[in-house]
Amino acid sequence: MKEFRHLENIVTLEYHPDKCVGCGACTTVCPHGVFNQENGKALLADRDGCMECGACALNCPTRAIVVRSGVGCAQAILYGWLSAIPFLRRLFVPDACCS
Amino acid sequence: MADRIGAISVRLGIGRDNYRIAPGLYALGEPGAASPVLVTCNFKLTVDLLRRELAGRALWLLVVETYGINVWCAAGKKSFSTEEIAGRVRAAGLEKVVTHRRLILPQLAAPGVAAQKLRKLCGFSGVFGPVRADDLPAFLDADMHAGPEMRNVEFKLAERLKVALVEVHGARKFMGWILAACFLLALLGPGGFSFAGIAGAGAGAFGVALAGFLTGVFIVPAFLRRIPVRAFAAKGLIAGALMGLLLAAILGRAWPEKTAALMACAAFASWFAMHYTGSTPFTSLSGVDREMRRYMPVQAVLIVFATMFWLAWAWWGDSVTRGL
Repeated sequence: MKEFRHLENIVTLEYHPDKCVGCGACTTVCPHGVFNQENGKALLADRDGCMECGACALNCPTRAIVVRSGVGCAQAILYGWLSAIPFLRRLFVPDACCS
Repeated sequence: MADRIGAISVRLGIGRDNYRIAPGLYALGEPGAASPVLVTCNFKLTVDLLRRELAGRALWLLVVETYGINVWCAAGKKSFSTEEIAGRVRAAGLEKVVTHRRLILPQLAAPGVAAQKLRKLCGFSGVFGPVRADDLPAFLDADMHAGPEMRNVEFKLAERLKVALVEVHGARKFMGWILAACFLLALLGPGGFSFAGIAGAGAGAFGVALAGFLTGVFIVPAFLRRIPVRAFAAKGLIAGALMGLLLAAILGRAWPEKTAALMACAAFASWFAMHYTGSTPFTSLSGVDREMRRYMPVQAVLIVFATMFWLAWAWWGDSVTRGL
């Protein structure tokens, strides 16, 4: 998304062009136009636009894309931390937003 | 109209659990063996939206079990998955209902659905449709082709405020604890001996927290692009400080109380703006993790100082203002 941007230079998205077969799945599934197709291969056009949803990596047939996927949601992250603390473990489930 | 009221209250969490639809194969219009098959989640608002956008068309709707959660979140949490779709295809006996072997998937299901693996699992191949349901008619008419404009998400003002309602629901328990904490602190103040003293001081403190909450949940999302910093917590700090200044100017009696209001309002606005990241379609896990580590200590320090200023002034009033 060009209109709204979060922090720069932080996402874990990795792309290995040597493994790309040019199927275009990443370009299709990405909701932020992070990839483009050029000369029969994917091109990482806007790395900082990535929100680490993991759609491209999951739909890549050759594992040319690697990303630590997850939801960019403060509550989910907070509950993840709290659930790692002995006593609070019973009160908080990790990844507990939107449920 | 009843559906409208339902849509607003479901975002506020009222009757949220009744907004699930039984999974399975549904007919829209009078579909035949060649009609397209659309796959979707079992959140009622989503299914209502599809029915509205596709009115007058004949097609099949395969509703999968996502426990009443929308497509994108369900895909992120992997309940909207390749295996779930394959299971529903088999359970519905879809291969006997239609002659083609193609499923139209919502693009935002892609974090949970590997389209290339569907064929092996259930005999049907998956094609990703557009992000928004209102682009579906154009997508179907263009022989299942979606241009870049159908592939990217947007986040318009109305959408930003609609999802803010979800934050109100999410914060209700937290705000309840804050209310209790405010009155507990008021009890510790010099007014703690009288009911009126506690009520006045407690309500004042909670008012500041509430102003911070409203700033973080509604004002920051409304002016998301106008506030010139990237981190949501920082946006909240700026907007909350401005709101705090306003509060202090109107309600504050002396500088320690004004400073306390300013700091508390900024801290609460920052906290809630940070939580709004979960409602946006563009923040990443790494980005939110980074801003939380950076700004949660700032929020904590602000709250501690605000409480100290407030209590100190309440107890020693004039001597604080003269002594410092």
